[in-house]
Amino acid sequence: MQRHKHLKNLFIFLVFLFLYLPIITLIVFSFNTSPLNILFEGFTLEWYGKLFSNTTLLDALKNTIIVSVVSTAVSTFIGTLAAIGLQKYNFIGKNFINKLLYVPVVIPEIVLGISLLSVYTLLKLNLGLGTLIVSHIAFSIPFVIISVRTVINSTNLQIEEAAHDLGANDFKTLTNVIIPEIMPGIISGATLAFTLSLDDVIISYFTAGPGSNTLPLQIYAMIKTGITPDVNALTTLMILVIMTVLIISSLIQVRKMKKEYVR
Amino acid sequence: MKNKSKFLYLSPVVIYAIVLILFPILYILFLSFQTNDNYGGIIYSLTLNNYIKIFDIVYLRVLFKSASIAFITTVICILISYPFCIFISEKKPNVQKILITLVMVPFLTNSLIRTYGWIVLLRKEGVFNSILQALNICDGPISFMYNNMGVFIGLVYTLLPFMILPVYSSVSKIDKKVLEASEDLGANAYHTFTKVILPQTLPGIFNGSLMVFIPAIGMFFIADLLGGGKIMLVGNLIKNQFLVSRNWPFGAAISIFLIVITFLLVKLYKKTGGNMDDLGGF
Repeated sequence: MQRHKHLKNLFIFLVFLFLYLPIITLIVFSFNTSPLNILFEGFTLEWYGKLFSNTTLLDALKNTIIVSVVSTAVSTFIGTLAAIGLQKYNFIGKNFINKLLYVPVVIPEIVLGISLLSVYTLLKLNLGLGTLIVSHIAFSIPFVIISVRTVINSTNLQIEEAAHDLGANDFKTLTNVIIPEIMPGIISGATLAFTLSLDDVIISYFTAGPGSNTLPLQIYAMIKTGITPDVNALTTLMILVIMTVLIISSLIQVRKMKKEYVR
Repeated sequence: MKNKSKFLYLSPVVIYAIVLILFPILYILFLSFQTNDNYGGIIYSLTLNNYIKIFDIVYLRVLFKSASIAFITTVICILISYPFCIFISEKKPNVQKILITLVMVPFLTNSLIRTYGWIVLLRKEGVFNSILQALNICDGPISFMYNNMGVFIGLVYTLLPFMILPVYSSVSKIDKKVLEASEDLGANAYHTFTKVILPQTLPGIFNGSLMVFIPAIGMFFIADLLGGGKIMLVGNLIKNQFLVSRNWPFGAAISIFLIVITFLLVKLYKKTGGNMDDLGGF
């Protein structure tokens, strides 16, 4: 097993190189004095300064944050209630609803995108932030339900009965017993919904309207007409934020694993 | 009392599933039987013409090309992910945790930004060609993009994490003791792999293949940006019917066709013992 250790490590390294190469390139070029993104000519922070006066880009960033935050909040709320409800209650057509919930997970995004666009057109709704948020909620809810359900299946919901027996009402049981118990599932569902929304190109492409460009759509348009180096600067800042959050969360997990190991 | 809370838990999801999933799909099913009036409008009729049109040689070629590109992308992703996950699973648990988190990081940044990163690297006056020419390795610039190669690089790159995560989760579930038992019982490395490791990781590979193949059919922006508009995927075809030639009924028919294919693939996945919740739980 140990024989090919170096070869195996080399393979792992090459895969990571492939995964990180485009990102590293953009980070390096965000400090490049030449705006052409071809060769590195010298170090500058000019693009970071320019970024804060690029209103089109900042507006797109603002829209992206609004859409992601609102759609994550709504889909986490509906998805969590649904996961608990679908576990607790039986009703006619439950099987059918369960099947429908997998549709946004498996069908190609473009199909969901054009069907929502068709319905908005049928209802004569103006495309904009509103339709964008509704569309993002539409593809996020199933992912939240799946995340929460995974945790519900692995926890013991008998404590719910115990809470009832001890005199807690439905609402108290939900907020004081069930929610804390399934919190890990809610958090991972919300994180998933947020990242999917932040990154979405295809569904947004069909359901956004004039003035509601998100960051991915803005970058799509810019790649076609000519991208400016302040996009590299924005990318670098976003990667920095994501890296920090991830490093902190994995440090916490590694520490937890070590503690459990010691025990 | 009981019925009231049942209603509160379930009414939002039932309304959601009907209004935002069932209704839109039924509506495009309805659209797919209508006729286009050539001005972007719809003439109400009941016709199968849109479905017959899919089998026109021009569109069949797009379907076939798109399916082959998605298939090859899936195979490349398996070939990269499988050894990668096995090698990672031989590391210490906390190293594994860090490495898998590192796989997720690029995937959490915007996919268009990463695609743009590839353009900077691959284009004629890009980083790769500048390096190759500075080292005098080749005379003219090499076309890394605006062809099939660009599309493959883009698709494999964007979809690789969707293969790595399910494969890793199935590989890491293999009990090390079973491998030792297999060795003790005299199986060689080849037999241990084909009889013990592979069968246990097949569900992960199927899961990943579904998560790579289906999106690969629809990712029009990768084909647009890295294929230079020369390569047409089914996704580009649908997009063009809706936004360029404005033949919505035909676009709707292709979409229904894709839904049917997706359902057949999911059926196959379930038949091989796949769990539906694994598809969305990465």
